[in-house]
Amino acid sequence: MQKSYKLVALLAGALFLNSGSAMAEEGFWSWLGTGTIDGWRGVGVVPVDSKQYKDECGSCHFAYQPGLLPTKSWEKLLTAEGLHDHFGEVADLDKDTLQTLRDYVLNNAADKSMHKIAKKITIATEDGEAPLRITEVRYIKRKHNDIPAKMVKDNKDVKSLSYCNACHTKAEKGIFKEDTVSIPNYPDY
Amino acid sequence: MKNLYTLMALIGALFMAANAAATPATDAEFAQFKSAGAANFSAEHGKQNWSKEVASKDGEKRSCTTCHDADLTKPGKHNTTKKVIEPMAPGVNNERYTDQKKIEKWFKRNCEWTWGRECTAQEKGDFLKFLMGAK
Repeated sequence: MQKSYKLVALLAGALFLNSGSAMAEEGFWSWLGTGTIDGWRGVGVVPVDSKQYKDECGSCHFAYQPGLLPTKSWEKLLTAEGLHDHFGEVADLDKDTLQTLRDYVLNNAADKSMHKIAKKITIATEDGEAPLRITEVRYIKRKHNDIPAKMVKDNKDVKSLSYCNACHTKAEKGIFKEDTVSIPNYPDY
Repeated sequence: MKNLYTLMALIGALFMAANAAATPATDAEFAQFKSAGAANFSAEHGKQNWSKEVASKDGEKRSCTTCHDADLTKPGKHNTTKKVIEPMAPGVNNERYTDQKKIEKWFKRNCEWTWGRECTAQEKGDFLKFLMGAK
């Protein structure tokens, strides 16, 4: 009897450690003194670590990190029908590739992550219908509210908020902090 | 006998020069097109189709050159996302036509987007011949 208690306690402990590690990531690295190197500091979403995802999705557009949308959004986007009309583009994938990418993305969606931006996006999309565009997420909209149209929509080198990396110089690393923003043609912003 | 070998080597060299861009992937593609009944692939037809415009459902005229450059040695630009598309000419971009799955993937997607339907084996063969020959 006592033995099985021990086992349960051990298992629970292991689980706790596991879920805690993601949460502690940022704190841990800055505690270690590596915080000033942009390796971990200010990482808002987990960077893409699937080469296949980067290749397949990134051949047409910025390879948006899975943590930028909740599971329920990705579930709608990443189906054979969904990709056949992917915002007006035909983005068909073969069955195996789709399955692999879908698994990867769903396992890393915003609501599976403890990173700051992912958490904010999860909260912002909890109620209501799943957004299909990252730019429709309430939190993302609010964050870009005060930027005038001339700097985004009417800026020939930006055009739309969809091009994250047009201004967010470290977008690929999952870093979207304000001090890493550089708006083309508006160096003083 | 020695002359015969020389002749064979010469013919071989000529053959290789004519098929400079051929890869196992393109060989497999052409074999597939042939088994689908297509034959006599023409780079000239491929070239004509490359700039052929077809209207989409909402009346927008689309052709291969909407996103790819008419000059295959130059990079193109994705119509919507503006992402740079590397040149199609294998002479400038040696990654082209080395992966059969990739060739088929893009034929399927791009024919459907541009012409609103999949391309036939003949059309694909003509395209491939045209693209491979680009210097």
